[in-house]
This record gives sequence, C-alpha cells and structure tokens, in this order.
Amino acid sequence: MPDTLQSTQTPRPVPAGADLSGNRATQPAVEFRDVEIAYGKFVAVRDFSLAIAKGSFVTLLGPSGCGKTTILRSIAGLVDITKGRISIGGRRVDDVPIYKRNIGLVFQSYALFPHKNVFDNVAFGLKYRNVSKAEIARKVGRALEMVRLPGSEKKLPSQLSGGQQQRIALARAIVFEPEVLLLDEPLSALDANMREEMRVEIKKIQRETGITAIFVTHDQEEALSMSDRIVVMNAGSIEQIGTPEEVYDTPATAFVADFLGKANMLAGKVSASTGTTATISLAAGQSATVVSPRPLAVGDAVTVVVRPQKLSVGKEQTSNHLSGRVLSTSYLGGSVIYEIDIGGGTMVRCHTAINGKPAREGEVIDLGFECDGCVLLDANGRRIS
Amino acid sequence: MTKGWTLYDPRLAWMLVAPVLLLLVVFLLLPIAMMAVYTFFTFVTAGVEESTLTLANWREFLTDSYYHGFLLKTLRVGAMTAVICGVLGYFPAYFIWATSFKHKWMLLLLLIVPFWISFTIRTFSWINILGEQGVINVALLRMGIIDEPLRMLYTEFAVIVGLVHFLLPYMILNVYVSLESIDRTLIAAARSMGCTGAQAFREVTLPLSLPGLAAGLLLCFVLAAGSYVTPQLLGSGRDALFGNLIYDTIMGQLNWPMGATLSIVLFVVLGIFAAIYTRYMGMSQIVKGLGG
Ligand SMILES: Nc1ncnc2c1ncn2[C@@H]1O[C@H](COP(=O)(O)OP(=O)(O)OP(=O)(O)O)[C@@H](O)[C@H]1O
Ligand SMILES: [Mg+2]
Repeated sequence: MPDTLQSTQTPRPVPAGADLSGNRATQPAVEFRDVEIAYGKFVAVRDFSLAIAKGSFVTLLGPSGCGKTTILRSIAGLVDITKGRISIGGRRVDDVPIYKRNIGLVFQSYALFPHKNVFDNVAFGLKYRNVSKAEIARKVGRALEMVRLPGSEKKLPSQLSGGQQQRIALARAIVFEPEVLLLDEPLSALDANMREEMRVEIKKIQRETGITAIFVTHDQEEALSMSDRIVVMNAGSIEQIGTPEEVYDTPATAFVADFLGKANMLAGKVSASTGTTATISLAAGQSATVVSPRPLAVGDAVTVVVRPQKLSVGKEQTSNHLSGRVLSTSYLGGSVIYEIDIGGGTMVRCHTAINGKPAREGEVIDLGFECDGCVLLDANGRRIS
Repeated sequence: MTKGWTLYDPRLAWMLVAPVLLLLVVFLLLPIAMMAVYTFFTFVTAGVEESTLTLANWREFLTDSYYHGFLLKTLRVGAMTAVICGVLGYFPAYFIWATSFKHKWMLLLLLIVPFWISFTIRTFSWINILGEQGVINVALLRMGIIDEPLRMLYTEFAVIVGLVHFLLPYMILNVYVSLESIDRTLIAAARSMGCTGAQAFREVTLPLSLPGLAAGLLLCFVLAAGSYVTPQLLGSGRDALFGNLIYDTIMGQLNWPMGATLSIVLFVVLGIFAAIYTRYMGMSQIVKGLGG
C-alpha cells in the first residue's frame, strides 16, 4: 500500500520534505488551491482557493446551483476535481479514496440508514475504524448525550421526528472524531422554530468538540449567526470571504450586497470628490455626499450601497436626504419595512424602528442616511477601497 | 345525502373500485367457490358425478402418497426456480441500476422484449436448443466431445430452465424497482464513514434491496409452482408438476371432483406460503421502515 493511503485516523508523522508550508499547528484544516470542478463539459466551480483554519466554523453561502454542494462533495471525495489541489490537514488528498479521508458528513436529507437502529447508525463509522465493542458503546452513548437524545439507541429512524433524525445524523458524523465536519444545508428540511434551535445546538457542539466545520446554506441568517467566516459564492466562484460583519458591512461586490440583506443600490455619477468624501448625483435626482476611501474621478459611474437598516425616516440630522412615495408598508411589530419610490425608477427598502404611526402607502416621506453608512461600488460592481 | 362530492370521497373510491371488485367476484371468487363445492361431490365414472356430498375426494388426497409426492416435488421445483432466478436476476438488476449509461430505459425495454413473443413459442424454442437434434447436442457431437446426444430435453433440468427463462424478467424488474427506491446519498454516507464500495453494498444496498428480492422470490415461486405449460412441453411424464396432475385428472380421467380437490389444494398451499412468507419475511415491516 502506498504510504499516503494509510489510515487517516491519527495524524501520521509527516515525512521530512513533504511538509513545506510550516508546522502542522498553523496549517489550515482544509485548503483549496485553484480548484476547478467540472461535470462533463459544465464547469460547476472555478478558480476556487480557500484556506480554512483548524477549529473554525466556515459557511459557504450562495444561491441555488452556485456550487456549494459540489465543493463539499469534493472535500469528501464524492466528486473529482479537474484542476488544482485540495489538502486536508496539510495532506494532499487528490488520490485518497473517499473512505480513507476521515470526513464527517451531514446531509440535507439526513441520510440515516432506515434499516438500522439509532445505535447502529451512530456506531457505523466506528465499526470501520477498529474500535472495540465497549469503546463503541461508550462513544455512541456520549455522542447521543451531546445531541441530547440519550436512550434512543433502539429506535428506528422512521420513529424519530425530523429534528431528532438530524441530531442523530450529527451524532453519527462526529462520533468518530473526523478531521472535518461537512454539513450540507442540514437545517433546510426543518420548520422555522426547530431550525433556530438546531442552529444554536450545532454551533455549541462545534465549539465543544473544537472540530473544523464547513457549513453550506443559502440562508443568510444562518450564515451570519453561526459562522466564524463566510464564503459568499456565485455561479461557481468566490465573491467574498470574510467574517459575518465584514461581508455584511462591507460587501465586496454588488452580488454580495444584494444577496446578503437585499441592500439598496443607488446608481449615480461622481460630481465632486475630495480625498475623503465624494458627492454623487444619483440617478433618482437627489445628490448625496458620502465617505470615499480614495479620491474619485468626476463623472465616474458609481453605486451607493445602503442597507435598509441604515435608512432612517424623518427630517433628522443625517448628512444625506432623500424623499419618496411609500409603495408598501410591512408592519413587523417592533419595526416596519417600507418600499419607497424615490424617483428615477429607483425603489429603496427601509427597515426602521417605529416612532409614532407607520406611514401609509402613497404617503410621501423623508429619508436620510449618514455619509459613512454606505459602501461605494465602481462601474464593475466592485467595492471601491 | 345532499353533501357535495369531494376529491377523496369514499363513495367515489367505491365507484372506482367497483368494476374490478365485480370482475374479481364473478370471475375469481365465484368459480373458486364452485370448485370448493365440487370437491365434495361424488365421482361415479369418467365424466359423471353426483351432487351427493362426500369426503371421499379429500380422504383420497390426504391418504394417497402419490399426491403428496407431486405436491412436494412441485414445491421443490418452484423453490429451486425462484432461488435460481434470484441469483441470476440480481446482477442484471444491479447493473441496470448502477450503470451511468444514458439510455437506461432501453435496458429496461430489453427486459420486456421477450413478452412480445408468445410464451408457448418461447417455451418451444428450448426444444430446438436442448433436444437430441438441438443446437447443443449437434454442436457437441460435431466437435466430437460426445458420441451420443445428451438427454437434456424432457428432464426436470429442462423444466427448470424453461421456468427460469419465463420468470427471470419478473425477478429483475422486482429487484430493480427496490434498488431504484434506495436514496443514493445513503451510499455516499456509508462511503464517507469508511466503507469500501463492497462494504457499502453489503451494509446499505443489499439490505435495502431485499424487499424487492423477497417479492421477486415469492412471485417466481408461486408462478413456477403453479405452472402447467412449461412442464407439459419440456418435461417427461415423470417431471410433471401439480398443475399437470390437475389437468390430467380433469381432462384425462374426467374426474371433476378429484380435479377440483387438487386445484383447491394447490390454491390453498400456495396461498398459505404467500401469507406466511409475507408475514415473516417482514416485508411490510421493511417497506414501512423505508417509508420513514
Ligand atoms: N451530477 C451532476 N451532473 C451534472 N451537473 C451537476 C451535477 N451536480 C450538480 N451539477 C450542476 O452543478 C452546479 C452546482 O451544483 P451544486 O449542487 O453544487 O449547487 P448548490 O450550490 O449546492 O445548490 P443548492 O443550493 O440548490 O443545493 C449546478 O448548476 C448543477 O446543475
Ligand atoms: Mg446543494
């Protein structure tokens, strides 16, 4: 057997010369370098480079069909990559078959074995790792406690609720202490309440075990609330990598701004610029002065990105003012979302706390935003920095 | 009853099954009931019976080992045929399921192609293959491997070959359908937890396809044990099955009461087998498990 194919359970001492990128402790748990994955002629993922730190919780976020599942499957070895390389724990895995990669997988559809009871499901990975019977029983018991389903060993998956099945799937994936835990939209089949509960639980278990987790979702709330880092993907490539705050507050592209939180995009042209601010005359007819990270050429097309939460209602002392006709009002109890036509065919969304009575549809209201409450994108939709 | 009709109205359901129910009652239940009554009639002479009720037919069946021998042999041939079909049928079913060939439907169509030719003609074709002047014997004689034609036709072997030929597509389809119902992410899950391809097959694919295999075995067993044409054409008198015995009793000896008794025996025995099998193979259990 070639050396590289040996058991992946315990980190093997790295042969001298094989480890060129530093010592193991600082090595990323998973690393992609210029990976491309194609299904036949169709390229599902391209130019994908990403390093995932040990013990971190990383989310792949993107719309349906952008290649999130494909990336997960490539880590697990369920699809072959066509270019580049993938390393797990500093070890290149292109030639390591799936069953030797030591990966925990949680599927959207749970994928519990319907003909095996909970104990046999959870024990499955241990059975193929030369673990003694007593040790298996102990580890399974502990994993079930961790997912708060102790005593369910004898039940069949069909006798459990969706949330319980997903917990068992999680227990099954972590029980053999894999190097990486991959979760493919594990919450999307659950109802809203259950989803929030499981969110907290998954996060807690990940922290307790210190396992490196890669989580796939197209739900921005899940991504923002759970992740250490978010990888925003679109059409097979990475749009932005960053902490939840970074991707939300400073979207790198128009796609990220729109996909995370449906930001308002105000198109316009630079009419004046100093070193730190720029005045933009908006297509909607108004003009706004905003903080600019660098001087801009007068006449350049730019887009001002303003979060719905950064728009305030009323004639307040904000540095920029807009006004428009309310198209719709969604009352949410503590807050309200307006859709407002500010002219020039531009529609903005404003999510604000309620003071007094919410505005009615058809009413004309004043809006404002601070000069530093926005991000500027250039003509190609990239953030100006 | 002024209530309007709804989509799941029980009245509508009854109306929809009524034609089938009627058909079953008139053409299945009634004839069987009449047969059951016939078993108690008195046989006088060939072609003549009286409606005087008697237990003579049943006594004869229960005491005469001639009949028991036929029954056991029929069950044995049925079981052998079913097992051979299972062993031979699983692989093509697995292949059709596992292949990445784009036009899978064509492979499935190939399974049905034999049904376009009359069953009797398909059975006759074995005479040209296994007979003394058949392909195999002629070829072996020409090559000088044998001096005398082998006796293959009109043996139990020929009967089983004919039955397997007839029943294999049923087995393949049954297994294929249950394979097709397996969620393929289960296999990916097993592989990711450390199974080789073969281990994943043993842990996941095989157990989850067992309901289809079990259903196929039952179907093949019942159809083989109840067969009549195949042993008639491919077997000698000694290789006759219970169905041929019934035919002979009714059409040859014109002993209708005894023929009716034997028919009911076969019907009940196969029915009991099917019932016990379904109950204890836990088919419904497995199916339920899959439903979750
Ligand atoms: N087996 C396959 N053969 C061919 N194309 C595929 C295959 N699997 C996925 N694709 C294509 O690759 C692209 C990425 O698929 P992938 O499943 O990775 O998307 P995703 O981001 O996980 O989407 P979703 O959120 O809907 O799960 C899609 O356009 C899809 O049509
Ligand atoms: Mg997916």
